Amino acid sequence: MSDPILATHNLRKAFGALTATDDISIDLNEGEIHAIIGPNGAGKSTLIAQICGGLRPDSGSVHLLGRDVTSDSTQARAQAGLGRTFQISALAMEDTVLENAILGSLGASGRPWRFWQAALGDRTLRERAEAALERVGLSDLRDTRCGSLSHGQRRQLEVAVALTLEPKAFVMDEPMAGLGAEGSKLLTGFLDQLRTEAPILLVEHDMDAVLALADRISVLVYGKVIATGTVDEIRSSPEVRSAYLGEDA
Amino acid sequence: MIPERLVNAILFAGLIAVPLCALVADEPFTITLVTRAVILAIAAVGLNIALGIGGLVSLGHAVFFGLGGYAMGVLAFHAQTYTPLNLGPLTIAGTKSMPLIWLAATAISAFVAWIIGLLSLRTSGVYFIMITLAFGQMFFYFAISWSTYGGEDGLSIYVRNGFPGLNTLIPIQFFGLSFIILSVVLFLNARLQASPFGLALNAARQVPARVETVGLNPMRLKLVAFVVSGAITGLAGALFADLNRFVSPTMFSWQLSGELIVLIIIGGVGRLFGPVIGACLFVTLEHWLGGLTDFWHVFLGLILLAIVLFARGGIMGLLTGKEGTHV
Repeated sequence: MSDPILATHNLRKAFGALTATDDISIDLNEGEIHAIIGPNGAGKSTLIAQICGGLRPDSGSVHLLGRDVTSDSTQARAQAGLGRTFQISALAMEDTVLENAILGSLGASGRPWRFWQAALGDRTLRERAEAALERVGLSDLRDTRCGSLSHGQRRQLEVAVALTLEPKAFVMDEPMAGLGAEGSKLLTGFLDQLRTEAPILLVEHDMDAVLALADRISVLVYGKVIATGTVDEIRSSPEVRSAYLGEDA
Repeated sequence: MIPERLVNAILFAGLIAVPLCALVADEPFTITLVTRAVILAIAAVGLNIALGIGGLVSLGHAVFFGLGGYAMGVLAFHAQTYTPLNLGPLTIAGTKSMPLIWLAATAISAFVAWIIGLLSLRTSGVYFIMITLAFGQMFFYFAISWSTYGGEDGLSIYVRNGFPGLNTLIPIQFFGLSFIILSVVLFLNARLQASPFGLALNAARQVPARVETVGLNPMRLKLVAFVVSGAITGLAGALFADLNRFVSPTMFSWQLSGELIVLIIIGGVGRLFGPVIGACLFVTLEHWLGGLTDFWHVFLGLILLAIVLFARGGIMGLLTGKEGTHV
């Protein structure tokens, strides 16, 4: 197998006496969806923050496309090809759907220092943004203010903004959160296709989605990966059952 | 509700019409009042770029207003006393030429804004407000103790500085000059707000985390906005000093920084013509109510209170039905 697109090696991060991520090594290979599951407080958010650049690990490293990006900023990692969606929609609520998507194409272009020409009049920026909106089915709402979108539409826009970056790897923090059954199903179908473009590290509570999508699952408990494997392996693992489901195996 | 463009056009036309009527009626003082409003509007447009688009609540924008004022004062002082200005390794002559003074005022304000921005943008919220306030006070006390240029008493310039081809002492000509600068600044502001930079800055105010994850640096965007903002307010300072033919440390005072913020809130935060409405109303109140009572700020305070409580979009918001940006 070729080198992983995204990998962490022995990541460790402690807050005082609490070790939030304890020696975590995971990887994400081309074409796969690797799901991270675990109970609340297992350290999923801390792990994501270290992968995306919001938090610096105490030790260990993060590699993107074979390059050590541990000391790179969030911006540098995004430029290197890491696309992220947030658990709680982080969108410019006063701006329109299209403007939010254009922010993504602007980031992808790497040329924000233009003060004269109108952003909405820039064809390159606009085409890229509209293509992404089209893919998530938000084209009709392009001129709607983001603040008046429904929760589900905001989740779609989150994904669209990440798409404009044409990333080499996605990190998605609970993309299904708050979506109804129908919305989850649609997004599940979409992510299923998306993995062929770029692999997805998926943190998700919605077990139906995880079981339907994941090529591999890693189970995180108290900051440690207690098991990594295919859906079937994880399902039948006694350790996982005991730790995650709280059963005495 | 009135379309925003129409409100803007009416304001713009009004700013031309009032001084022209005053000219016909031979009321030079009214022209001077409108000029004062125009210059304060330029300063507030400058602040609005940092505050309204970038979300940077700077309580130290008087620094740039004062720097512009002192750039004019110092250069004109050396010109009127025929003494050279000694800048360490470099000795230059003073000047009474407005274009040169404006260049100096914008350049020094931009430079100082860059330094202040680099230091203060590490913080946000109340800390940012406090740091910018602290810088304002530093400059204020420095000006007070700078006895070469009048210290606390300030510095008078006997003849207004010149502009090629104009007699700037004639109120309507100086008004015209200030008005053209306001128009240019508004035009630049409109372009900037719609540009890729403006879009990114606007997002950096609302969701810095998002801006980072698309690979842009929100801090750097805000720093550039702060520099542009400071430069424009500095230019306004030079004009203001020329209007009064007088510079004093009060141009650096925190009250002035506060007034600029009040102008924007009353007019409409983040709206292109918000600072213009605010400045016109401010000067009108200052003149009319100031003639009735020394405590006219009470009424300004009541208006501010009413706007903050009932009309978050300022007067522009009331007229157009659009909210201001949220800082």
